Formats: sequence, C-alpha cells, structure tokens
Amino acid sequence: MLACDSANKLSFNRFISNGDLVIVYERHDNMKPVTVSENSVLQNRFGVFKHSDWIGKPFGSKVFSNKGGFVYLLAPTPELWTLVLSHRTQILYIADISFVIMYLEIVPGCLVMESGTGSGSLTTSLARAVAPTGHVYTFDFHEQRAASAREDFERTGLSSLISVNVRDIQDEGFSDEFAGLADAVFLDLPQPWLAIPSAAKMLKQDGTLCSFSPCIEQVQRSCETLQTSFTDIRTFEVLLRTYEIREERMEGISGEGNVANGSLPCKRRQRSDGSNMLSSSSSVSTVMARPNGEARGHTGYLTFARLKCLS
Amino acid sequence: MSSNIESTNPNLNSRLTSEGCSVLLDINDGDRLVFARLAAAAKLKIGNKSCSLQPLIGCSYGSLFQVETGPDGSLLARVTPAVQGNITEEKRDNQLNVESRDNRTLIDNNKAQSLTGEDIQAMKSQGARGDEIIEALIANSATFEKKTSFSQEKYRLRKQKKYAPKVLLRRPVARSICEAYFRKYPAKIRFLRMDTLSLLLSMANVSCHSDILVVDMVGGLLTGSVAERLGGTGFVCNSYLGTAPYSMDIVRIFNFSDEICKRIVRSPISDLLIQKESPEQIIHHDDVCNMESLTNNQVSTSVRVDEISDPSGSEISEQGAENVENINIPAIRVSKSTKAGERAQQETINLWKENGFSSLIIAAPDLDTWTLVRDLLPLLSNSAPFAIYHQYLQPLATCMHNLQVGKMAIGLQITEPWLREYQVLPSRTHPCMQMSAFGGYILSGTKICSS
Ligand SMILES: C[S@@+](CC[C@H](N)C(=O)[O-])C[C@H]1O[C@@H](n2cnc3c(N)ncnc32)[C@H](O)[C@@H]1O
Repeated sequence: MLACDSANKLSFNRFISNGDLVIVYERHDNMKPVTVSENSVLQNRFGVFKHSDWIGKPFGSKVFSNKGGFVYLLAPTPELWTLVLSHRTQILYIADISFVIMYLEIVPGCLVMESGTGSGSLTTSLARAVAPTGHVYTFDFHEQRAASAREDFERTGLSSLISVNVRDIQDEGFSDEFAGLADAVFLDLPQPWLAIPSAAKMLKQDGTLCSFSPCIEQVQRSCETLQTSFTDIRTFEVLLRTYEIREERMEGISGEGNVANGSLPCKRRQRSDGSNMLSSSSSVSTVMARPNGEARGHTGYLTFARLKCLS
Repeated sequence: MSSNIESTNPNLNSRLTSEGCSVLLDINDGDRLVFARLAAAAKLKIGNKSCSLQPLIGCSYGSLFQVETGPDGSLLARVTPAVQGNITEEKRDNQLNVESRDNRTLIDNNKAQSLTGEDIQAMKSQGARGDEIIEALIANSATFEKKTSFSQEKYRLRKQKKYAPKVLLRRPVARSICEAYFRKYPAKIRFLRMDTLSLLLSMANVSCHSDILVVDMVGGLLTGSVAERLGGTGFVCNSYLGTAPYSMDIVRIFNFSDEICKRIVRSPISDLLIQKESPEQIIHHDDVCNMESLTNNQVSTSVRVDEISDPSGSEISEQGAENVENINIPAIRVSKSTKAGERAQQETINLWKENGFSSLIIAAPDLDTWTLVRDLLPLLSNSAPFAIYHQYLQPLATCMHNLQVGKMAIGLQITEPWLREYQVLPSRTHPCMQMSAFGGYILSGTKICSS
C-alpha cells in the first residue's frame, strides 16, 4: 500500500502482479479486497473473473468477466481499505481519521501509540502518516483481534511500520519502555480516563493526545482527568454531508416574448400575427446537486489535549 | 518489538525553538495570533509594552510566558503551569453543581472597585507584578466575593489579560497555521478550514515517496501541508497557469528543513502538458489573470504588505484588522528558505510525464474547475486519487458530471465537512455558541485507465 523506499514509489505506473492486493470496484458502495493469485477466480453477479487476466494490467484497469461484465481494479489506499476491511469492531471513518491525523500533528518519523487496535482502520492511516521512518505501536486486549489486525497489516504491506501488542491498557497502562518517547497517543477505549495517566507518561513534552468516545459522559470524565497534566483540551465532532448530482432535462419556455411569472401561457398562445410562440417549448439540461437524504448522524466525540510543558 | 524506538528525525519533529526558527505566538488565549521568527533583536508589542523575543529562544514549544516588568522595562517571563492535583473544596462543589451564590444582588454601577487608576500606576512604578495587581484589584472589589465562582473566574481572566498578558509559544504546523488563518484572516486561505484541509490530504493519499501535483491558490497552505506529510521524500509540484506563480508565503511559516524545502518545486502547467497534450488545449487558460502577476519565482521575495511589516526592521506590525501577523524575516535569513519553490528540473518533469503523478489536489477557486481537471487528470498515473476544494458547489457538480460522462474517473463524490466544537465543563457541557457554518466542498475520486 505504501512505498517505504523510493525504489518502488507509487507514482510509477504499476502493473498488477501475482500476490498483489487489489481493490475490486463494482460501484462506490460495493468494493472488495482481493489478493491476486494466478490460479484463482473472482465470482460475482457479473460473472467469473480470472485473476490470470489481471496480471500485467496497470492498476486502474477495467477487466471483464466470462459474461462480459466488468469491474475496476484499484491500487489499495488507506481510504479504500477503511471501506473494505472486515469489521471486527466499530471503526473510525475518513472524517474522524483525517482530523485525528492532522490534529495530532503526525508526520513522517513520529512515534505514535494507539489503543485499542480494533479493526485497524485508524492504524492503517497512522502508519501512512509516520512512514517511512516512524512507527505505530498499537495495543488491544483482545487476542483474536490483535492477531487478525496483524494479518491485515501483513496483507496491506504495513507490518514493518506497525507493532500490534496484546495488553489491557485500561488496567496496566502502556509499557514503560516507551515513557517520554511518544509524539502522539490515540485512545479508542470504553473508559479512556483510566488510560490517560499512562498516556501522559508516554508523551514527549507538548505531545498530543486524542481520545475518541461515542458518549458525552465518557468525554466528561476524560476531560476531568486530562486537567491534571494536559492543557489545550478541546472537544470536536466532525461529520460529512455527501451530495448527489444529476443532469436533468427540464422543459423551458422558448420564444422571444417576455412571459411574466405566473401568467397563464394559454392566454398568450395566439398572437395577432398568428405565431404560436409558447407551443415550441425547448428542453434545457442542467447539472444539479443536492445533499443525500441519509447520512451518518454521529460517530463520536474527539477530545484533543497537549501535555503540559513543565521544563 | 522495540527495534526502532529511537525518534528518527530530530530535524523534522523538533520540539525546541532555536534562533531563526518560525513560531506561532498565541496571545491571551487566541485574542491575538502572531507568526514570528525568533531573533534576539525581534520585539513583540503587547498593548503599550514592547518585549524582546530573546527569552523564547531554546524553549520547548508549548511553553507559556507572561509579560512582567523588569528593571529594563517589560519582559516575557516563563511561567510553569502547576500540575493540578489538589482541587479546592469550592471547585469540587462546583463540579457537583452546588453553587451557593447567584448574582441577584449585583449592581453594576462602576463603584465596586475602590482601587483607582493612580493607585495601579503607583503599584506598577514600584515594580508590582501583574499577578499582584490582580490580587489587589480583587481585594479592593466590593462585589467580587458576591459573584458566582463562574463570574469570579471570568473577572480574574479579564484582569489577567490586561495586567499580565500571556504568550503561548506554539509550533507552526499545518493544523495550527490553518486554524490561525481561518480565525483571523480566512480570505487569504480561501476559507479552507482545518478539517477540510485534513480531508484533502487523506483523499489524495498523501504519503511518503509520492509525487503530488497541486494547484494552490490558498497562499501556500496546501503546498506546505503536503510537504509536511512527505517529510523530505517525493515531491510536491506547485503548478500554475501562465507565467507567474501564485503566492506561496505560508510555506515560510513552517519550519522546514532544507531536505523538505528541496521537495517543494514549481512548474507552469504548460511545461507539464507539453508533448502530452496538444498546445491549443491549454491556450484558453492564459487569459485567466493571476492574482499576483508581479511576484517572481522565489517564495521568499513575494512579500505582501498587507500582512507583513516593513522589511527593513524586525519589528512586528500591528494590524488592526487582520490579526494574523507575520514578523518580518530579517534580510540575512531570507536566503535560507529560498530553496522551497525552485523551478522543477526538466529531468524531474520528464519522469512525471513518464510515470504520472501519484495524486492531484486543487484549491484554485479562481480557475475553471472542469477545464483544469480535464487537462491535469491525464498527468496522473492510473488508479491515482484526486481531491478538489471549492467554496461553491456548482463548479464541482459540473466537473463531476463531465468526469462521469467522459468515464475518466470512478468513486466520484462531493462531500461537505461539518465541524463543531464543544465546551466541556462540569455540569456545563454544550456545543460552543459560535461555530463555522461552512468549510467548503470537496470533489474526490480515482482516475481510471482510458480505454
Ligand atoms: C472500537 S474498537 C477500536 C476501533 C479502531 N479505532 C478502528 O478504527 O478500527 C475498541 C477496541 O478496544 C479494545 N479494548 C477495549 N478495552 C480495552 C483495554 N482495556 N485494553 C486494550 N484494548 C481494549 C477492544 O477489544 C476493541 O477492539
């Protein structure tokens, strides 16, 4: 997913090869991750696609099934991954993820700590942000989830940037070997206030912390705990509204006469010269946009803070 | 698991200030925001006092200073925040919302304060510190004790801002720069809100070793934010129509190492299109006039008077209207940052032509979105994502429609981010009373192979 050295940078028009992870795109709301394997096929409502037909084609290609149906093969990105990963937990989506990365000031070379790992949706974007020289240490107390996350990072090619560890962070805190080394800490835990003192210990001076919580009661308690060693405590909510567009042909009134708004056209239909100015309606085509009727109304509150500077 | 625990790039993520570095000064909790370059001779004016920035050199970002009166006039003295542990009885009560007082007996007749202006002046000339004056004001206020603790806090804060102004030393990074401009001078960055900027960067998959094509008419904020994410790898190619590059002043505010500066290059769009597209395709763009047709290639010389003070000194300008101020960079230092924004070398351009850019970000509200995208999209490698910012919906809707019809891209989506901040206080949690109602629209998608 990432080019960690300049030799295999992404901007080279890459061709699909055996073993690559591709995102199979049917529609924007129907995508699927597939690892290319010479002898495999992909079967969906459009028919049977042979992986061997894909090998050697550039990413972004349209490929066809035995029945003439088609899909697109896209190069994986953290954004696409978030849309296709298997949900083992609730996950963070693009709006929260983007804001978290920017607000935590995560840049290449940073050391970031996270708990819980969950489905690794955020972790994937954290890894992109710290690459090529930084590292993400992520912790979950759920053995199985940690193992699945590890497999996923292997599959997306990020395992050299991420260490997944099994640990109860609310109970034990982060491990002391990282004390004072973290540029940023991210918490997505049921009782984040229990982990905050340990997070403070991990951070460098002026380091940033974010806690994501769906409920305001969690925010309330976290903010109280943060007062002790953090400053600049701020809570946000970020949401997205999406738009649909369509081109509509609408009947318009043609002719040079000025038809006053609301006047009945039939009254003016017959002019003294006998011309029929309003009967020839022309159709005008316009591209129009409107918000989609449904949207995610709430994900969680994002509380940010900076470690107080004492020296 | 502790193989690379060591922080790898001290240059990139420096958390200490040094002479000549750029800082963001937050005065009295965001009342004023000043971008400054630290130099021993640089002075900051707060009210009628002028303080040297010298004490800020070599400090950790996040350090807090207070204006105090020293033997040679006002100075910025470091204040160390207490690590809070012992909450007072009263505070505890308030957290549980047990407020025993209300303000029914308060009469606002300006007679409550028995300390006169002369008294305060006298205290000052005897060298009283700001905090002492505040305590004296409280002691001599007939009404302070009767106020609710909430209003007491507000009173104290008001007096603190006046008699002991605070200066917080902040690191100028994409987030803080964007927020500062959005708050104080949004037109310069075309109202690009920080959450919108953050989305542009993810939607365009900005990651190390990528070559990102940008059209930045937001003062360099976009270019700088991309360069920050590239961390000295890949390239950000800041492209422009015609012959005059757009202003990139904001790039100078970031503390970029030479390594990162080298990765910021410029190119006229026409140079990128030559041989790939027939020349007449781009001619129609040339009559679009540039905002700053007189600036030359070098970032550092495009100084706009409306926000930067007279280049001869190192004083900070006090601009009444625009509170985002830049302290001028003394002439000697200018050369240091000239590397950002060099003209892209022909070999590099050739490589881009061969391999395509990894992604495209446009924030160019003055250019026609569709024709720009139509011409630039072919410069991307296949499967490359792109993100286009605009304050108006219609140009994006038209562009999206044309991309669909032309089967040039998939995963097309127009999104509008919404950001709300909350006040979180014991028993007084609610959304902030003021919010930005609009942060712009983004059209995003993925380029596909032309069949
Ligand atoms: C909502 S999920 C995190 C989702 C993640 N942010 C993502 O984007 O995919 C919360 C995770 O925290 C883990 N967790 C809960 N309590 C924990 C604890 N005390 N220590 C470590 N992990 C914990 C859970 O197992 C779960 O996987």
